[in-house]
Amino acid sequence: MNVLQLSREVQWVLAGIGALLVVATLVTRLLKVRNPGSDYRELTQRIHAWWVMVAIFAVALGLGERWSIAFFAFVSFLALKEYLSLIPTRRADRRVIFWAYLTIPVQYWWVAEGYFSMFTLFIPVWGLFIVSTRMVLVQETHDFLRAVGTLQWGMMTMVFALSHVAYLLVLPAQSGGPGDGASLVVYLVLLTEFNDVAQYVWGKTFGKHKVVPKVSPGKTVEGLAGGIVTTTGLAVLLAPWLTPLDRWDAVAAGLLIGMGGFLGDITISSVKRDIGVKDSGTMIAGHGGVLDRVNSLMATAPLFFHFIRFFYY
Amino acid sequence: MNRVLRWLFFVVLVRGVVRVLLGLNVRHRERLPAGGPAILAANHNSHLDTLVLISLLPPSLLPRIRPVAAADYFLRNRLMAWFSTKVIGVIPIKRQRDRPDEDLLEPVCEALRRGEIVCFFPEGSRGEPERFKPLKSGIARLAERFPDVPVYPIYLHGLGKALPKGEALLVPFFLDVFVGEPMRWGGDRERFLADYRAAMDALAAEGHFPPWK
Repeated sequence: MNVLQLSREVQWVLAGIGALLVVATLVTRLLKVRNPGSDYRELTQRIHAWWVMVAIFAVALGLGERWSIAFFAFVSFLALKEYLSLIPTRRADRRVIFWAYLTIPVQYWWVAEGYFSMFTLFIPVWGLFIVSTRMVLVQETHDFLRAVGTLQWGMMTMVFALSHVAYLLVLPAQSGGPGDGASLVVYLVLLTEFNDVAQYVWGKTFGKHKVVPKVSPGKTVEGLAGGIVTTTGLAVLLAPWLTPLDRWDAVAAGLLIGMGGFLGDITISSVKRDIGVKDSGTMIAGHGGVLDRVNSLMATAPLFFHFIRFFYY
Repeated sequence: MNRVLRWLFFVVLVRGVVRVLLGLNVRHRERLPAGGPAILAANHNSHLDTLVLISLLPPSLLPRIRPVAAADYFLRNRLMAWFSTKVIGVIPIKRQRDRPDEDLLEPVCEALRRGEIVCFFPEGSRGEPERFKPLKSGIARLAERFPDVPVYPIYLHGLGKALPKGEALLVPFFLDVFVGEPMRWGGDRERFLADYRAAMDALAAEGHFPPWK
């Protein structure tokens, strides 16, 4: 039986995530009953938001390739909008910012078409050239370098980097490799989000030595190491189901995602610290903004994509 | 007012644009009134201000929400007048008196007497993006005449970036909407205006707003 367009393996993994969330929900309920004095509101909110995010993600994937690509384009849009709302911008650049938004449909169109060369060069080459030229033509030179730099960085991270998740969908079909696109996406996104949670839990439980105290005082060596090891374990476990990776390549993928996720996370922490905010937004109750949720994915997506493409497709 | 068109416009179109294309960050939503009469008094940067204010309240209150707007601008031709009064549901007010004893606020007073929720911009017309303008005395005079009607200071931010005065291109930015505690008439116009300004300053200070120059 094939519900919607997902492979049996993906359905099982999604069911597994559902089971994990059921356990998390029940544990939180139990904790609330056991310790009526403590405040579990944030934990409850977070788990509730996970339910919603997993449901949306599963439905988008289940609707098939085109809808999944549109979904990731929308995530890019939300992330870019949050970023541009957070950083200082210039009034004169309103139209330039609009052009930066326009790179989203174009970039995801290359994805949908499976046009690999344009997918890899459109934003770094054409996006860089067109958007900076458009900004030059505004003829506002005060703070020009900051404005052009921050806008380019936003396009590279929120649009270019994130679009690599979507390209995984068309990668196997395009090169005739094994496995299907949706399973690669589930593998990457599940490991990335799992790694976030694992690093958090390890850090909360055993954390002692801070890694980058000036950027993110909550991050510890223990959390980082524990998270990477757990993520790598899960990467090896899931690889035969969802990917063509052999055991040692799965170890490498796990290490890459564990480390990459951490780096993506602290990169957005740096941005937030520079601006002076704790959360990037309020869209996802208990989590903060969209950027707070996709920060790790911005690093893991291109890393995992090029790793698996280089060796397997 | 045309109820069906108004519902379609606000609940389908405006909500879609405001929540998906722009995105709202509302603080203290629980302070908003559950019914009329009430005055929502916000700062004014964009045409979208009115639409955002109306979409803050549940669709069930839609028939009772009326934004106050300048008649010379919004009734300037027949199409605009039809759209403003039938779909947006504006209360048109004149900016200049024809006779020295003419009461320009009378249409607003009528709406409040009917128990409606009035959206009012105490700064008058739209100002420079994301800057406060000096207040006009209208809000204080309304509060004086209706001492029992609560006035809700509402601070809006982001619309001056998304669609400022004089621009037709909508550029997506998240919007911040901070709702203040309701205020009531205290017996003095100057004092009321000063309190309103202080409430708005306090709301603005709650947020973090990146420079926009």
